Amino acid sequence: MPGDSLLIIVPAYNEEGAVGGVVRAIHELMPRTPVLVIDDCSTDTTQAMARDAGAQVLPLPHHLGLGGCVQAGYKLAFELGFEYVIRVDGDGQHDAQDIPRIFDTLRLSGCEMVIGSRFISDNGARPGAVRGLGILFFRMVLRPILGKSVRDPTSGFVGVNRNALQVFSKSFPLEYPEIEALVVLQRKRFRFVEIPCRMHPRTTGRSSITAARSIYYIVHVLLGVFVNVLKFDQRGRAKPRQP
Amino acid sequence: MDRLLNVTTILSAVLLLLVLVSVRRAHIRVEYSVSWLLAAAVLLILSRSPGLLETAAHQLGLSYPPLALLLVTGGVFLLMFYRFSVILSKLRDDNIALAQRLAILEYHLHNLRDGGPHA
Repeated sequence: MPGDSLLIIVPAYNEEGAVGGVVRAIHELMPRTPVLVIDDCSTDTTQAMARDAGAQVLPLPHHLGLGGCVQAGYKLAFELGFEYVIRVDGDGQHDAQDIPRIFDTLRLSGCEMVIGSRFISDNGARPGAVRGLGILFFRMVLRPILGKSVRDPTSGFVGVNRNALQVFSKSFPLEYPEIEALVVLQRKRFRFVEIPCRMHPRTTGRSSITAARSIYYIVHVLLGVFVNVLKFDQRGRAKPRQP
Repeated sequence: MDRLLNVTTILSAVLLLLVLVSVRRAHIRVEYSVSWLLAAAVLLILSRSPGLLETAAHQLGLSYPPLALLLVTGGVFLLMFYRFSVILSKLRDDNIALAQRLAILEYHLHNLRDGGPHA
């Protein structure tokens, strides 16, 4: 595997309407970059759509949820020796045009994680009222824990290098993983950077976080964050390394 | 009070019998039946030993002995629920790891068979 090898992973669950377009958009932009769709035991034709569009497919034997699905992709990428992995959601909300910038930032910054953020510049992203409040709340919670602010802690548009891949292959939050993953990285003294990215409105399927589940989401993630903070790890108490 | 203790005696005896039958039919593994059998036995002993129940109530500062039975039973079952939560969490973690491993092995297998990009 070459030293700057990149794998794009696309976790998908019942995304037959969007996943093919996501894969084709990536292939048009980066034709030599492999795309792996991790199918979380969809009940529709997600797998066939992904294969038809030219993606490799990793079908899970039963539904694991987003975290388990993403981690399966990280594990496979780590085993195959990839240096970088960028996660793009299968619902078509992430813009493939932003992938090269995330990849370049990953390679050049030396950071373990690059987050494609919806809120650094005004790109038209408007989360719902409850979700917006949740994001605001977690920005405040994470600021002292991470030692720096994070504008879009719930973004699923993230790239990681091999160091983070190794950590996430062994330990990755299983439900609503984005925010907890940041704390896991901080405990390892890893660094992250955010870059502005576009976000398209969802056209098919439905979000796993509905308004009614937002409260459960906040409690669940908050607990996960503090459990990760309280995990004993001597190195985690030190400040993050400087770039 | 006697009627209440008779009811708890019957309940604990039924629980004891149910667990033993389930173990015999392999519906519950022996290691997971121990907690249930212990809980049923504690309930049965306290229900059939008014002296012991009164001593327990006195130690707990309760004026009504059946409350001690309720408290002890509740405590035992809370501990059991905690133990089963630990077991369930571990089983779920193992299950996820196994499912991921199976998916990855199948992926390698298909690649080897079909000469895929990562064969």
